[in-house]
Amino acid sequence: MQLDSLYQEVILDHYKRPEHKGLSEKSDVQVHHVNPNCGDEITLNLSLRDHLIDISWDGVGCSISMASASVMSSLLSGKTLEEAGPILDSFVSLMQSKGTQTGDEEVLEDALAFSGVSKYPARIKCALLGWMAFKDASVQIQGR
Amino acid sequence: MASQITMTLNGSLIRKDFPIFERVIRGDMRLIYLDSGATSQKPNSVIEAEANFYRRNNAAVHRGAHQLAEEATDAYESARFIVADFLGGDVDEIIFTKSATESLNLLAYSFGNADSGNRFHLKAGDRIVVSEMEHHANLVPWQELAKRTGAELAWFSLNEFGRLDLSNIESVITVDTKVVALTHQSNVLGTINPLEAIVARAHDVGAVVVLDACQSVPHMKVDVEKLGVDFLAFSGHKSVGPTGVGVLWGRGELLDELPPFLFGGSMIESVTMAHSTWAAVPRKFEAGVPNMAQVVGLGAALNYLTTIGLDKIHDHEIALTSRLLEGFEENKDVQIFGPRGLDMRGGIVSFAVKDIHPHDMGQFLDSQGIAVRTGHHCAWPLTRKLGVNATTRASFYLYNDETDVDALIAGVANAQEYFGSR
Ligand SMILES: Cc1ncc(COP(=O)(O)O)c(C=O)c1O
Repeated sequence: MQLDSLYQEVILDHYKRPEHKGLSEKSDVQVHHVNPNCGDEITLNLSLRDHLIDISWDGVGCSISMASASVMSSLLSGKTLEEAGPILDSFVSLMQSKGTQTGDEEVLEDALAFSGVSKYPARIKCALLGWMAFKDASVQIQGR
Repeated sequence: MASQITMTLNGSLIRKDFPIFERVIRGDMRLIYLDSGATSQKPNSVIEAEANFYRRNNAAVHRGAHQLAEEATDAYESARFIVADFLGGDVDEIIFTKSATESLNLLAYSFGNADSGNRFHLKAGDRIVVSEMEHHANLVPWQELAKRTGAELAWFSLNEFGRLDLSNIESVITVDTKVVALTHQSNVLGTINPLEAIVARAHDVGAVVVLDACQSVPHMKVDVEKLGVDFLAFSGHKSVGPTGVGVLWGRGELLDELPPFLFGGSMIESVTMAHSTWAAVPRKFEAGVPNMAQVVGLGAALNYLTTIGLDKIHDHEIALTSRLLEGFEENKDVQIFGPRGLDMRGGIVSFAVKDIHPHDMGQFLDSQGIAVRTGHHCAWPLTRKLGVNATTRASFYLYNDETDVDALIAGVANAQEYFGSR
């Protein structure tokens, strides 16, 4: 079934058992992003501990948006902002590739499971929701 | 019982008039189009009318001294008669806009342009009344008008059955109310709002009633005289007509007093370097070269609907709705938003399925050739009130039939299996 390329096992697993979900009590910055097309929402807390990323988040949304936020937070947590930048760029580029890129597994790890999403234009925003929240938060934290 | 309601129209026969149903979806699936609430498909007669205007009659209406300009004007103005007949209004009361959204904004901006002394002038202390079930197009323009004028925005709430709570009608429509703007049929719940008491109360306090008829005019017989409202808006593209054309109907004497919104060519009576005066209604509200081919296409669309019969279309949609509600009743994980009965409702059903987000449901149904809408349907306050972030919505039209309903019921069950078993 063609749909299986979208709903890969990894995605459904993260949707059912999201990681880093539940907001930390304190954080250096907090951002709230919504997808005005569908109403999906995410709140993301970002802190740096000895320069290492600490993410927690909460949100409501479809499997793609929630799983993507979960994968993103587990992939980027514990890395530095310098390390996270290229991963973010790589994911965004994969999403915008209209199915022409396969993505670099070394860089994207579990996030590679979202490669099928790029063939469904209406779902790209879902996959990017958490990543864009992180990007926003990381810009804010660097501005401090 | 759905099974005892017979279909008044033969959907599969009607689909033959609509060329889009010849194509397949996601490989080799039949198109099961359950998203007419967003936009309807177009019959050949509409596509032809629009194309033929470009092929044979294209010229700027009301302007040239040549034969084409005459023919174009004639085609354009004939459509105005068709719309007037369709709604039961006077031909000079029909204003062509680009969409219902523009029609409603036209009103809100024109009210905002009214000087003190004009009956439409709004100021602090005045009230604008809407409802919790409005589409953003009939909410945001009024929010903004309230902000610009200092008037207060108030609204009718929804009860647990997806109906307006009219128990406090006199404290919502106060003596200070100047405008009551309301949807005829909810684009999310399918609820048809009873207008009699609202219109009576509004007129008692000297307010005008603006009806957003986007979801009613294409689907049931709507007669402006019988409804007693003062303004009405709908979109061509939801009425088997082209995109880029909408209608605003208003009572003649009100349109006469209402100041214009868009200024420019065609809407003037006389212009000097420093000052201008306005043409008579409806031209006063139709600045610029209008969407001519689309207006002509809308005429063809309304003729098509009239030939089929609006009462039959409504009955047909109710029969389909009944079948769907009954089918969903057997699925304990399906929650329906909106009226469960068939009285005062149209062919729109919004629902949620346990543990499956609407976006995922929509995606799965799409893989089966079924087109539904998911999200907040441009009625975010309503969706919030329902306590969800989004719903899945099926909306019916004349070209749907029982097989479409059954496909949806089966599709939902398949989605439950797909997402549940993995
Ligand atoms: C109830 C209602 N009002 C207003 C609109 C706006 O119509 P349009 O987008 O064609 O201007 C819609 C369409 O989505 C609607 O369903």
